[in-house]
Amino acid sequence: MGTPLPEGIVAVVKADCPTCRLVAPVLGELRAAGVAVTVFTQDDPTFPAGLNPVDDTGLDVSVALDLDTVPTLVKVEGGAEVERLEGWSQPHWESFTGVAPLGEGLPEHRPGCGSLTHDPEVVERLAARSTGLRSRRLELARLEDEAEAFFERGWTDGLPVVPPTPARVLRMLEGTTRDPGEVVAVVGPDFADCTVEKAAVNAVLSGCRPEYLPVVLAAVEAACTDEFNMHGLLCTTWFTGPVVIVNGPIATEIGMNSGVNALGQGNRANATIGRALQLIVRNIGGGRPGEIDRATLGGPGKYTFCFAEDEAGSPWEPLSVERGLSEGTSAVTLFAGSGPHGFADQKSRDPESLAISMAWALDGVFHPKLALTSDAVLVVSPEHARVFREAGWSKARLRARLIELGTKPMSELVAGAQGCAEGMTVGPSGATGVGPVGPASASGDAGIPKFLPEGLLIVHAGGGAGLFSAVIGGWVRGAIGSIPVTMEVKP
Amino acid sequence: MTATTDAEVRIFLDPTSERATITRTLADRPATLEGKVVGLLDIRKPRGNVFLDRLEDLLNQRGLRTVRFSKPTFAKVAPVDLRHEIATKCDVVVEALAD
Repeated sequence: MGTPLPEGIVAVVKADCPTCRLVAPVLGELRAAGVAVTVFTQDDPTFPAGLNPVDDTGLDVSVALDLDTVPTLVKVEGGAEVERLEGWSQPHWESFTGVAPLGEGLPEHRPGCGSLTHDPEVVERLAARSTGLRSRRLELARLEDEAEAFFERGWTDGLPVVPPTPARVLRMLEGTTRDPGEVVAVVGPDFADCTVEKAAVNAVLSGCRPEYLPVVLAAVEAACTDEFNMHGLLCTTWFTGPVVIVNGPIATEIGMNSGVNALGQGNRANATIGRALQLIVRNIGGGRPGEIDRATLGGPGKYTFCFAEDEAGSPWEPLSVERGLSEGTSAVTLFAGSGPHGFADQKSRDPESLAISMAWALDGVFHPKLALTSDAVLVVSPEHARVFREAGWSKARLRARLIELGTKPMSELVAGAQGCAEGMTVGPSGATGVGPVGPASASGDAGIPKFLPEGLLIVHAGGGAGLFSAVIGGWVRGAIGSIPVTMEVKP
Repeated sequence: MTATTDAEVRIFLDPTSERATITRTLADRPATLEGKVVGLLDIRKPRGNVFLDRLEDLLNQRGLRTVRFSKPTFAKVAPVDLRHEIATKCDVVVEALAD
């Protein structure tokens, strides 16, 4: 507190409190008895009348005293508190002040009321006032509609947002131990710094709860690596956006969905984490459709695409563990993906037969005649996973078999083959093209795999019923496009 | 005038990077290509090279000097060194977008 407390007895009251109104005459009795009483009032600066109350409607003194209750008496000696008394109790007030009798005719005891500093709205206002949030403050006119104001400023993805009040942003920041000023990532296309605070503002817009923030921060950091190439992903004419796959204990801690409708709507964490990432790309990075985002068609996943892997029910190691993190470490894996493409296989009961179905489903990624062009995520549902579990197939074995099944002779893939002009280019490496070129020596029979092992991600998710799984097709793979990135979620 | 209470003032935090937009004017266009060095930048989209090959032929037929460049990938911005090299060596540049 800026100024020291006055010597003697400090009394803090509010007019709204019946006990404070009850003891107002007693404060007068103390004054009359020669006790140096300074009365601070939290709500009505004229209360209690006749006692020259000090206006503490700004609550500076109340905050400094860390009050729980009014009335509170604080004994001050040498500018410092030596003792305090809460509520009204005739014998305690008498012994505290050394004046007796006091408050004759009053009930002997009355509990106090909550200090105004504990009023939920006030708490947030105080918190907002006392911290160093650096974001520019926007004041809306009284008649301005909040939702409309955010649309008008171009700060939404087309859906309404939660207005980011300082109090909400502060609550969001409670979700992380990181400093609000820390730069999480440099976000393209504007290559602007995204601080923890700015991420929190956008997480509020998105509808996140504070405990989701660490996941949002990890996702932003992973997305803005050179490997993942969020900038290029944003600009592409292709359908893709960042897909966030969450592993580890945080997924269940924050209530993410990895089960029924895991890739769909209805779960707040899934929905808002993916959305927060996209809002950060939009608002911090400046990536907006029709401007730098040149997607021909785009896809609904560009609103949000985030889900958790069902680790508990999986026959396999989690994606994050496969990608180098230890078991039990919370992580996000970012994948440049388009919407899920579902496929059915309701008859296969042996893994080989089911793998054939999966390989066919994967074959359509990007184009059936373009191999090694794109990565993919195969989301294996519990009923399909059971087939591999019962047969003892590891994830590595399934992946190896899928790559084998997806390998085709160059003669089938080459541009013009099978009556279709699209296809692989035969030529020296380094020739231009979306996809890689086939070997210069390709005679027509060299087998080209559709995917490389590191580009075929397999995760387990989904509801318990349905012999269906899904393929999430990728964008341009590797260093010329996007490489999946896994990053630990830190508190 | 009625005093505005705290509750009535609605304050929100700016979710953007708060960057001021820098507006740069385009460089002056030369009236003629006579004596100019023309940079040809292939961004590495399919068949961009076909377009630039033909353009180079036509420019060379007019006696103009051309210098070829290419980005490592169309999916990322041109590296700063490449941009600097083009700016240093050329008077004008043609960037080939293709698909």
